[in-house]
Amino acid sequence: MKRRDFIQLTGMSAGAMMLPFSSFGSPVDVSRLLEPMLDAAQKKQLADIALNTTKSLGATYTDVRIGRYLNQFIFTREKKVQNIVNTESFGVGIRVIANGTWGFAASNSVTPDGMKKTAERAVAIAKANSKFQKEPVKLAATPSYGEVSWKTPIVKNGFEVPIKDKVDLLLATNAKALEKGANFVNSIIFLVNEQKYFASSEGSYIDQDIHRILPSFNVNAIDRASGQFKSRPGFSSPVGMGYEYLDGKSEDKINGPGGIILYNKSYDIVEDAGMAAEQVKQMIAAKSVEPGKYDLVLDPSHLWLTIHESVGHPTELDRVLGYEANFAGTSFLTLDKWQTKKFNFGSKQVNVVADKTQVGSLGAVGYDDEGVKCKQWDLIKDGILVNYQAIRDQVNIIGQNESHGCCYSQSWSDVQFQRMANVSLQPGKEQLTPAQMVAGVEKGIYIVKDGSFSIDQQRYNFQFGGVLFFEIKNGKIEGMLKDVAYQANTQEFWNSCSQICDARDYRLGGAFNDGKGQPTQSNAVSHGSATARFNGINVINTGRTI
Amino acid sequence: MAILTKDEAHALLKKVLSYSKADECEVNLNSNDSANIRYARNSVSTSGKVTQSQLVVSSAFGKKLGIATINEFDDASLEKVVRRSEELAKLAPENPEYVPFLGPQTYPDSMMYVQSTADITPKLRADLVAQSLNVAKNAKAVAAGFLEDNTSFNAMMNSKGLFAYNTSTNTNFSVTVRTEDGKGSGYATRGYNDIRKLDTKKTTEIATEKAVKSANAKGIEPGKYTVILEPAAAAVLLERIFFGLDAREADEGRSFLSKAGGGTRLGEKLVDERVNIYSDPMHPDLPTSTWSGDGRLQEKISWIEKGVIKNLSYSRYWAEKKGVKAVPGPDAAIMEGGTKSLEELIAGTKKGVLVTRLWYIRDVDPQSLLLTGLTRDGTFYIENGKIQYPIKNFRFNESPIIMLNNLEELGKVERTVSVESNQNYLLPPLKIRDFTFSSLSDAV
Repeated sequence: MKRRDFIQLTGMSAGAMMLPFSSFGSPVDVSRLLEPMLDAAQKKQLADIALNTTKSLGATYTDVRIGRYLNQFIFTREKKVQNIVNTESFGVGIRVIANGTWGFAASNSVTPDGMKKTAERAVAIAKANSKFQKEPVKLAATPSYGEVSWKTPIVKNGFEVPIKDKVDLLLATNAKALEKGANFVNSIIFLVNEQKYFASSEGSYIDQDIHRILPSFNVNAIDRASGQFKSRPGFSSPVGMGYEYLDGKSEDKINGPGGIILYNKSYDIVEDAGMAAEQVKQMIAAKSVEPGKYDLVLDPSHLWLTIHESVGHPTELDRVLGYEANFAGTSFLTLDKWQTKKFNFGSKQVNVVADKTQVGSLGAVGYDDEGVKCKQWDLIKDGILVNYQAIRDQVNIIGQNESHGCCYSQSWSDVQFQRMANVSLQPGKEQLTPAQMVAGVEKGIYIVKDGSFSIDQQRYNFQFGGVLFFEIKNGKIEGMLKDVAYQANTQEFWNSCSQICDARDYRLGGAFNDGKGQPTQSNAVSHGSATARFNGINVINTGRTI
Repeated sequence: MAILTKDEAHALLKKVLSYSKADECEVNLNSNDSANIRYARNSVSTSGKVTQSQLVVSSAFGKKLGIATINEFDDASLEKVVRRSEELAKLAPENPEYVPFLGPQTYPDSMMYVQSTADITPKLRADLVAQSLNVAKNAKAVAAGFLEDNTSFNAMMNSKGLFAYNTSTNTNFSVTVRTEDGKGSGYATRGYNDIRKLDTKKTTEIATEKAVKSANAKGIEPGKYTVILEPAAAAVLLERIFFGLDAREADEGRSFLSKAGGGTRLGEKLVDERVNIYSDPMHPDLPTSTWSGDGRLQEKISWIEKGVIKNLSYSRYWAEKKGVKAVPGPDAAIMEGGTKSLEELIAGTKKGVLVTRLWYIRDVDPQSLLLTGLTRDGTFYIENGKIQYPIKNFRFNESPIIMLNNLEELGKVERTVSVESNQNYLLPPLKIRDFTFSSLSDAV
C-alpha cells in the first residue's frame, strides 16, 4: 500500500492548493456527473477507428480503453468543512502488440482524429521498443464476448446523494466524537465511479460501470501533561458498494470481544465515532505490552492487511518473475516451490482464494482491463501453494492456457498490468465464534483494525501494528495494551494458524491505494476473513522516548 | 499543452480571471511533459510519454470557497471552469479558517530548468537504457530499472494582482541488478535537473558491483550496530522529519515536535549539535521553486541549526492566528555534511554495517517518530575499516530523532533520491552508533 496517497488524501501535503489525486482529473458539478458522455454505440464507433488504424499499421493485437473516472471527496475537521471536490477525467488508452512487442499511448482527445493519432503512436512505440525485446509476447486465448455490459450492483448512487446530506453526516460524526471527549476529529467521504469501455481486436466490446465508497474518520486524544497522543480511525472499510453502505443496519453490527462494536456489510459512522472517542482515551491509559511470544487473535478488520501483504503480493506472478525487482520487489514463492505441489505455505486450515467477482468487494468487475471474464480461483489449498495471480501474457510461463482475469489500470492514461485480485482467507469449516476462540487462549492479544505495516521485498519478514490491543489471560479479555507490534516470517506465521472462525464472522477489509509499478499505479482491493488465531507469535514493544 | 512562456501564461491566466464574478479568484496552472522507459529481466517492459495539464480555479464569496479544475483550454472551457468553482463555492458552508488570497509578490527566477533535459530525444532515452542493460548483460547479471524525465511549468495569478511563473526539468534513474542465481542484489539511484549529468553506465556499474559482492550473505545476530547509511538510505528516514515540520500539528499536541506539558519543541536542542538542515531554492545542486503553491515566497531557511529546532512551517491561517510569519514548508531539504568519502567513513569504522538502501518505511509511533523498515540490495559487515562480507538483510525499528542523537560522523554531501517519496535531497552518508536492528530477513 502507498503511504503517500494517505498524506495527499488528508490534505497534509506541501502543495495545499493542489487537489488530492490531482492527476485523476478535474472537478465537475454533480448534475454533469450524471449525464452519460458517450453512449456505447458512439464508443464502439470510436474504438473501431483505433482498431482499424493499428491493424493497418501491422499490429497483431490491440485493445482500446475509453474511460471516464469520477471522484468526489468531502473533507471535514471538527465543526468545519475543509474541502468539497468533484473530479472527472476522460480519455483513451490504446495498447498494441507490433513486432511481438507491447506499445501503449494515451490521449484525452477522444475524437476520430484523436483515436487515429493515438493508435499510430502506440504502434510506433511498440516498433521502437521491439529492438530490446528478447522474445515475442505470447497472449493466452480469451473468448470474444461481443457487446456486453456489467455494473456494480449498487442500491444508492453516492454521487446522487445531495452534498448537504453528506456534509451533515460527517459533521454529525465529528460532533459525536467531540461530545464523547475527542480532542480532534477529521472525517471524509470518498466516492469513486469508473465508467470503462473496452474494445479489442478480438471482437469484445465491454461497457462497465464500477462504484466504490470510503467513509472514514480519525479521532485524536491528547494528554497534554505527558505529551502522549493516540489516534483511532473509523472501523469502516472501503467497499465496492453505493451509498447504502452508510445505512448502518443493526444486522450488520457485530459485538466483538472486549465490548467493541464491529461492522460488516453496512456502517454506522456516527455510532463508531462515539465509540472511537471513548476508546482513544483508553488507548493512552493502556498498559505498555511486555515483549514476548503471544497467541494472537486477529479480527478481520486487522487481518486483511496481513493477508494483503503476506499472501496477496507474493502470489503475484510478475513479482515472482522479476518484473517488479527495481521497486515493489520479487517474491519468495518462486516457481520451483510451486512446482513441487507440496510447498506448505500454511497450516491445513489455511485456504486462500483470489476472486474478482465477490459482491461488495473493491476488486469486483465483470471483465478485467484486457477483456477477460472474471472468476474465482485457489491460491493456497489446505495450506499448499497451488497457483499464482497472472494475466494473458504471463500464464504460458506457468503452463496454463487461461488468464486469471486480474489485469487493471488505474486510469485511461496508464498502461494496464497484473494487479492483485481480492485475496481472501476462507472461513473455518467448524462452528466457532470469536468469543469461543478467545476463551481457549491462555496468553494472548486480540488485535482490531490495521495499523503500521512493513514487509521485505520478497515477503518473508513482516511487522504489523494495529489499533486496539486487548490482553487475553486464561481465556478472558483483561484490558487494553499499547506499544504492540508483531514480527514474523510469512511461512512460519501461516503455519501457526490454528483456528479460523466460521462463515458467520467473515468480513471484508481493504484499501483503495495498493501501489505497484513505475510510475506507480493504485489498485483497489478487498480481503476477506473471519477472526483467526496464530500461536506463539513474537510481539515487540514499540514505546520510545525522544 | 506545450510549455508556455511567462508572457503566454500571464495572458492565459488573465483571461481566466476576466470571467470571474466572485469576491476573490485565484488560478493555478501546471503542465508536465513526462516520458519514461521501464525495464526488467534485461528487457524493456513498458515505456510511455504523457502530457498532463491542469488548471485549478479557486473562487471565494466571503468565506465560502469552491475549487474546480479542467484540462481543456478553449475559451468556453475556461469560462465553464470558473463558473463551476463559483457554483461549488456557493454550495460550500463558510470556512472560518478561510484566509484572503495573497497580494502581489516578487520572486527571483528559479534555476530548475535545463534546456538539455527539455530537448531529450527518444534516441537518447533508449541509449541511456541500452548503456545500463549492457553493463548488466556483460556481468551476466539481470537488471531492472526505470528512467524518467519531466519538463514542466507552473504559473498562478489572482484577483489581488499576484502573478508567479516557474519552469523546471528533472530526471530520475534507478536500477536494481541481481545475480542470475538470485543470491545477490544491488541498487543505485540518481536524480538531476540536467540530463547531461546522468551516467546510467556508471550508476549501473555501482548496482552490479553491489549485486556481485552481496551474494551468499551470512546471517548475523540482530541488535544494536554502528551503521553507515548511504545517502539513499538516510533519505527515507530523514524525510520523515522534513514532512513533520508543521507548526499546527505541533501546537495541537499531535506531533513529535509537541512538548509534554504543552507547547512545542521549537528552540529546543533535539539532536546532535553537528546536525544542520536547511532548504534553499537557489542551491545550484538542488534548485527548487521560488514560490509555494499558494504564492508565498520560498526563501533559504534553516530548520535545524546546531541540533536546535530553528523553524516550523505554517499555513497562512495558523500563522495569522499565532501572529508569526507564514513560512511555507520546504520543497526539498539539504543537510550539511563533512569532508570524508563513503570509503573513508568505512575505513574509519572498527565494527559496523554498511547499508545501501532501506525499504518499506512505515511509521510505528508518530509520537517518537519510531519507524520500521528493512535493509535491501547490498548490506555488508565492516570490521577493522574494511568490508568483510555481505550480510543478510535486517528489519530495523528506529527513530530518526534518536538516530541523529547517536551521530558519529557525517560524510560528503551528494544529491540523492528517496525511493519512498521520489523527492530529491542533498544529504551526506551518516555514520550512526546503536542503530536498532530487530530481526533478520531472508529476502535478497
